[in-house]
Amino acid sequence: MIGRIVLQLLILLMFAPLPLGVINKTKALFAGRIGPPLLQPYYDLARLWRKGFVFSRTTTWVFLAGPVVGLVVPVLACLLLPFGGLPAPISFHGDLILFVYLFGLSRFFTAAAALDTGSSFEGMGAVREVTFSCLAEPIVLFCLLVLAHGADSLTLGGLLGPQLTSFWHSPHAASLGIVLVCLFVVLLVENSRIPFDDPNTHLELTMIHEVMVLDHSGPALGMILYGAAMKLVVLGALVVRLALPLQTGWLIGDLLVFLVGILLLAVVIGVVESTMARLRLPRVPQVLVGTSLLSVFALVLALR
Amino acid sequence: MIWLLCGIVLMGVSGLAGLIGSRARDGGQKLACALILVGVTLCLPALLKVLAPTATVINWRWAVPGGQFLLELDAISAAFILPLLLVVALGAIYGLGYWRHREHPANATKLQIFYGLISAAMIVLLLARNSLLFLMAWEVMALAGYFLITTEDHKPEVCRAGFIYLIATHSGTLALFGAFALLGTGQPGALSWPAAASFSSPQAGLIFILALFGFGMKAGLMPLHIWLPGAHAAAPSHASALLSGVMIKTGIYGLVRLTSFFAEIPAWWGWTLLLLGVVSGIFGVALAIAQHDIKRLLAYHSVENIGIIALGLGLALLGRSYNQPTLVVLGLAGCLLHVANHGLFKSLLFLSAGSIIHGVGTREIDQYGGLLKRQPLTGLFFLGGAVAICGLPPFNGFISEWLIYLASFKVLNSPSGVLSLSLLTAPALALIGGLALACFVKVFGISFGGEPRTAAAASAHEAPATMLWPMGIFLLACAFIGLLPSQLAPLLNRAAAQWQGQDHPLPLSLGGPLAPLAAISLAGWILVVLLALVFWRLRRCSQGARRDLGTWGCGYPFPSPKMQYTASSFGDSLVRLFNFGLWSKRHGGRPDGLFPATSSFESHTPDLFLDRLFSPAFQGAAWLMHGVRRLIQNGVAAIYLLYSALTLLVLLALLTR
Repeated sequence: MIGRIVLQLLILLMFAPLPLGVINKTKALFAGRIGPPLLQPYYDLARLWRKGFVFSRTTTWVFLAGPVVGLVVPVLACLLLPFGGLPAPISFHGDLILFVYLFGLSRFFTAAAALDTGSSFEGMGAVREVTFSCLAEPIVLFCLLVLAHGADSLTLGGLLGPQLTSFWHSPHAASLGIVLVCLFVVLLVENSRIPFDDPNTHLELTMIHEVMVLDHSGPALGMILYGAAMKLVVLGALVVRLALPLQTGWLIGDLLVFLVGILLLAVVIGVVESTMARLRLPRVPQVLVGTSLLSVFALVLALR
Repeated sequence: MIWLLCGIVLMGVSGLAGLIGSRARDGGQKLACALILVGVTLCLPALLKVLAPTATVINWRWAVPGGQFLLELDAISAAFILPLLLVVALGAIYGLGYWRHREHPANATKLQIFYGLISAAMIVLLLARNSLLFLMAWEVMALAGYFLITTEDHKPEVCRAGFIYLIATHSGTLALFGAFALLGTGQPGALSWPAAASFSSPQAGLIFILALFGFGMKAGLMPLHIWLPGAHAAAPSHASALLSGVMIKTGIYGLVRLTSFFAEIPAWWGWTLLLLGVVSGIFGVALAIAQHDIKRLLAYHSVENIGIIALGLGLALLGRSYNQPTLVVLGLAGCLLHVANHGLFKSLLFLSAGSIIHGVGTREIDQYGGLLKRQPLTGLFFLGGAVAICGLPPFNGFISEWLIYLASFKVLNSPSGVLSLSLLTAPALALIGGLALACFVKVFGISFGGEPRTAAAASAHEAPATMLWPMGIFLLACAFIGLLPSQLAPLLNRAAAQWQGQDHPLPLSLGGPLAPLAAISLAGWILVVLLALVFWRLRRCSQGARRDLGTWGCGYPFPSPKMQYTASSFGDSLVRLFNFGLWSKRHGGRPDGLFPATSSFESHTPDLFLDRLFSPAFQGAAWLMHGVRRLIQNGVAAIYLLYSALTLLVLLALLTR
């Protein structure tokens, strides 16, 4: 039991920055560049951890609480998820609600830390983040309802259990497909990827997530980047498990399926980022409301 | 039980102590506070025995016709009384620092008298088992509430808020008279209450509608919430905490108690409550985001939370109608726990808002800023309350919302097709939670983060210890329920059993609906420990860092506090999303020409129902009646004589048949 928890945490902690490298490599390939090395995110984190801090005289302890919560929440959330063949270390009836609300906690403190600096740019980023996320949350709940209906269970481990294979072969496969699309959209919103947000832009006015962390420096910035990378893996694990519900029963085989799935997901995100333009800000809520309607449709299909 | 009664009496008369001492000193106020504390302590032993198998009852003869002095303490009453006692006691201590006799000689005595009276009346109301006793306590509470709201009766807006409250509460009481009269028809002890799940009547639907109007008016369900924002903004902060944290819950108590009488629950009762809950929840929080006044904002959040409570109760009622025992337990446990939780974190928020107002001297959020440096403890307490009210772990709000989520997921297991409509509760609750988070990020970030926007905010001072301790205890209580929720599971389970008239509650052991609470508490502890460790580590390695630089202003070298994001601009993008229902008013703001002159912008969001519907409708009715009166009472003596003659003729025709 303890060995498996340690293994799961190790996979998350060691593996988390790699998908970011894959995304950047994919984008570079599309643009005809060589791009940064695959392990560049690791180098960045190591460099940031060695650097010192610089604080604005306006900030207080809340400014430091943002990175802390942003780092701890994905770690705890990963303990609620089954990773490939590893069963979820903490599993109880209704843990899926805790999973959703943990990310709410991290959003609260990231946005509060942004407002703590008193910068109007970071204020704009904070309000955009909370607005888009509150539209994304009902989508997640609709998707979870569909999955719970198929699995007849209220634990994340049960939702993402082996019954997914038969779900794909059942007449309800269409609703599962829609859920997959909806969750992918939520993944893009929550991890601030194109078309909702651009992690690479350097124009403060157009950014959402990146603008909220403008004032962070050194290890704190490193923790934010690391936390974001882990969040991508944790939310990605949901999508990957839905898309690839293969279960060989052999621990290493299952883990390999999971890891390859995450890397494939990173490639898909890279392709989406290379082929799509960023949406105008007023369009984002419309896309999210549209996705909510799609997820309602999935629920209706599943219940019929 | 007799000690409980002594405690209630002590609380009721506590305010009279203020009449003894001189107005220039605080002696009377301290005595009153001590009396309330003693009263609360006397009430505790009875509450600790609420899980014992024998019921605690007082049954005295009472000379009033139809009346019976019947008090009974069961788990449902206890779930409401426990948070009440905490709020009353801590609010009284807070008042020592916040509303001192010396500083408010004109109205502090009045506030103290009615503060004690309303507390005692509410406890009697929660214990009463007779319609007459209940309604008497209800009226004492309603009137004492009026005097709490109009504490500062020299201000016109306070008088207006009090007047609207008075109209609302009396329309509600009128409906309750009807409901209880109908409840009494056709049974022997007409005004005594029937046992749980034993009553049936052909007029059940009408009783429910009347009770929903009367109790919903007090609770502040959405179309009936009109009195709430103004009243909570007008009262002193610890009185607002009592009104919002406890008094509006008596409406919920009434609904819970009344629905427990019926043997059969029609399905439309549950659907109605679910619908009202969703409307109150979403529009309550949307209106809250649009507010600029911190206490009005908190008041709209009460509407939102009453919506969440109604969702829980609605699910429990549906569980009764469709025979789903786990749905009943989870829904009612969520409803009752959220009642207690809202009492705790909303009181915490009102008290810390009072501490801000005490320090800065205004209720406008846009005039705050940088308060965390000037009021570090108030800021910490407000942050805790904000995290709790957003329903985020590891605080108590998460537990009750989790129970309601779980109830709505349980619907998936039911075979009934119609019931699956109530699945929509879960996404609605998620939207409410997301919006509440946005709103409290706004309040906390704008008030406590950044630089002070005004000179008053720059010179703000921390509150005295008598105000800080109560807030700290509220925060501890929130954390206690959040981290050890399984402590309350037996009480909630028993309340759910009593509500449906069962003698034996469902087992709490493995497989019972409330069993996962222990696992949540484990996750909560892991979260707290991890956060503390990482925060401590980061804090230590950032010790020697430079802290003398300005915030990055994108290259602009002369930033000023006025350039910060304001609460209005923060709320604006969310308010625009809900503009289909809010209709905010916006004036000015667009500079024109190459060299624009000074221009101003203001936005404000009137209440959906009070300012747009009821006020115009009532003004129209008043105008109409004015015309009718001029027509009838025209001052011509001959016409008046004609009225008398006509009356006599009609009476003759009626009586000589």
